[in-house]
Amino acid sequence: MLAYIVRRILAMLPVMGIVVVFVFLLVRIAPGDPAAIIAGDYATPENIQKIRVGLGLDKPIHVQFGIYVMNLIRGDLGRSLHSRLPVRQLIEQRLEPTVALAVSTLTFAICLAIPLGILAAWRAGSLIDRAVMVFAVGGFSIPVFWLGFLLIYAFSVKLDMLPVQGYVSFRQGFLPFIRHLILPTVTLGLVYMALLARITRASVQEVLQSDYIRTANAKGVHPITVLFVHALKNAAVPVVTTIGVGFALLIGGVVITESVFALPGLGRLTVDAVLQRDYSIIQGVTLIFSFVYALVNLVVDLSYTLFDPRIRY
Amino acid sequence: MNRTGRIRPLAGLLVGMLLVWAGQAAGQTVRAVMDTEVKYLDPHWTTADISQVHGYMVYDTLFALDEKGQPQPQMVDTYRLSADKLTYTFTLRDGLKWHDGRPVRAADAVASLKRWAVKDAAGQKLMARAASLEAVNDKTFVLKLREPYGLTIRTLAKVFSYVPFIMPERYAVQNPSKPFEGEVIGSGPFMFAAKEWVPGAKTVYVKFKDYVPRKEPASYYAGGKRVNVERVELVVIPDQSTAVAALEKGEVDYMQRPHVDQWPLLRKNPNIRVYQSDVLEMHIHPNHLAPPFDNLKGRQALMLMVNQEDYLRAIAGDPENWRTCYSYLGCKGWLETDAGADLLKKPDLERAKQFLAEAGYKGEKIVVMAPSDIPTTNAASLTTAAQLRKLGVNVDLQAMDWGTLTSRRPIKDPPSKNPGGWHIFHSRSGYEEVKDPWGHAPISTACDKAWFGWPCSPRATKALEELANVTPGTEAFRKTLTEYHVALMENIPYVPLGEYYVLAAYRKDRLSNILETPLPLFWNMVKK
Repeated sequence: MLAYIVRRILAMLPVMGIVVVFVFLLVRIAPGDPAAIIAGDYATPENIQKIRVGLGLDKPIHVQFGIYVMNLIRGDLGRSLHSRLPVRQLIEQRLEPTVALAVSTLTFAICLAIPLGILAAWRAGSLIDRAVMVFAVGGFSIPVFWLGFLLIYAFSVKLDMLPVQGYVSFRQGFLPFIRHLILPTVTLGLVYMALLARITRASVQEVLQSDYIRTANAKGVHPITVLFVHALKNAAVPVVTTIGVGFALLIGGVVITESVFALPGLGRLTVDAVLQRDYSIIQGVTLIFSFVYALVNLVVDLSYTLFDPRIRY
Repeated sequence: MNRTGRIRPLAGLLVGMLLVWAGQAAGQTVRAVMDTEVKYLDPHWTTADISQVHGYMVYDTLFALDEKGQPQPQMVDTYRLSADKLTYTFTLRDGLKWHDGRPVRAADAVASLKRWAVKDAAGQKLMARAASLEAVNDKTFVLKLREPYGLTIRTLAKVFSYVPFIMPERYAVQNPSKPFEGEVIGSGPFMFAAKEWVPGAKTVYVKFKDYVPRKEPASYYAGGKRVNVERVELVVIPDQSTAVAALEKGEVDYMQRPHVDQWPLLRKNPNIRVYQSDVLEMHIHPNHLAPPFDNLKGRQALMLMVNQEDYLRAIAGDPENWRTCYSYLGCKGWLETDAGADLLKKPDLERAKQFLAEAGYKGEKIVVMAPSDIPTTNAASLTTAAQLRKLGVNVDLQAMDWGTLTSRRPIKDPPSKNPGGWHIFHSRSGYEEVKDPWGHAPISTACDKAWFGWPCSPRATKALEELANVTPGTEAFRKTLTEYHVALMENIPYVPLGEYYVLAAYRKDRLSNILETPLPLFWNMVKK
């Protein structure tokens, strides 16, 4: 197992290398001039050029790439072209809200989606099953931003139960932390929940047709035990795969949710960096997200061994 | 009484005191939603409005404009002009201090002005006439000119980018092509709380307790800058609906620029007051180097196709939100004139078609760049495309974000020679900017040294230079102004599309004494 883990981590290196080259070139090929954006509307071409030189953007692209890679090897993600703050510092500042949102969304989605999916599979063809599927289709179809606005209108503006926007760190109080996360979590979690519920239902429904389930029922095993111990464990592999693949969905959703609810997270940092052509931040955040995604896939693959003892690395 | 009996009341008192303190601290914090984030801490590095907002918080200026548009001393206590109008002697006010406690010196002012003038157009014009600018002692500095320049004080009182903020000499002597390195230390009424800065999310300023305001009351950007709150947090809420909901719920106290579609909602709320903070003017910028707009008839065709009311309705909705304006120099301002504006006042599509044909237009694609991420500018772009199509023009409307547009507009070649080339883009200018043609870059007619579009009119350029040296309010001033405006109308550097209002909104149950300036200012403001 350890050898497998080491092999997978080493395999991530060329992947990260490709990401580094690809993102570096892509942001520079895309139209837009960070020097012009920084200089502002009324800057003269001479002033814009001075800014370009000051930022090192006038150097040949291969020189810029060389400087970037050398810094990367030293663990330096560079400095924001706009604020001139280290990219690492900016990412660290914004990490907590994004991690909090991602974890709360995952927890919310998994805790609700799996029981719903199991219930739908258990009562396949019934009204409950249809209701869960309608919910799944609806949840997947509703635009995240639209749902966010709806929830803000209902629970913040009209009912005055929850805050409209912003983020409060858990260090400043657990209750305000949770209150500020509820609406963004539900907004983003609904999409994820819909996807997970469907996959869980399909997977559990297939397992419920198995001989060992029939045997367990015949032996008089309690239905809850049959569902959550025998069926779920055997249906877990596709569900866990979906959780891992859905992580990419989560990252995309985080960007929109953070904008709607004004959460100062990595998603907003990325959007702002793209609009402002802040190459350093775009490169840094993309690298981080790629690394985390690769790590999530590794964890998902390793978790298979927990659910299926036949899988060994 | 036992020990517990003694402790409980004390604990209760302590908790009560803490709650009162927390309430007071929260009550003395103003939370304001800004149009964009504070990204740049050096206001001499960029023309971005938000950097000037930051600048006004932490820095101060030698002069500033009052509500009548007249320059007033700010950091300057007194100043003298020699009889030959060539030497200005400035003396700084007593009690000016930097945020690190050091006194403000004349040398700081000299270095700051030199740094500012490297990039600012109006500053460049001033320094081109300067023989020397030197500190005489810690409180006095002297500007010696080679020729009289009537706009000297007005230039130093400039309130839009680049504002001549004064910073410590050790920062001001750094390369102006890069942001200065070091802490943000100013002498303004607020201090920048660097440790609490989250770029893109929140910027915090705290009251500078050692700031000595002028004695007179605040007036526009001038007068006494009395700070009545302890702390100001500038936050960014990217989504307009969310920002308005936050204002309605009281999670924020002030909103800089709600979109026009939010105004009816804000106006209906009994706890919110909206006020007109600025007037903006939208323009069509033709590429003077690209046919058919390299021909005056082509640009006149653009002017004839414009019905300002149609544009303003698209940009700002109801008529109460805008006004037509046929002046290049702003309406209801000190330079208002509509001399020579006949083509603009009387739209005529048939005549426009004829002029376009006379300009040599034969059906080639006309590239209109439309920034889809700026609603008002995009609305103007779409209206222009529609109007051009009515003239039978083959329009290539290219939607893009503003960042892409700014990277393409320096391209001088027409689209037939360069795929990145363009014929038309739109932009807007603030009210203070259009009233200052010496500093308003888009109206420059300096040919290849002009702003994007490259209008070329030696006649207008000369008239503007002459206007700088004529005393306002005189017959000579009126004649020169007329000559200048007629020259502009006969060159058409851009087509003015009228003026529309910008509103700001705040919780009137919490805030009062707000200065109604184009850039939000947080002194004078009181929080209940």
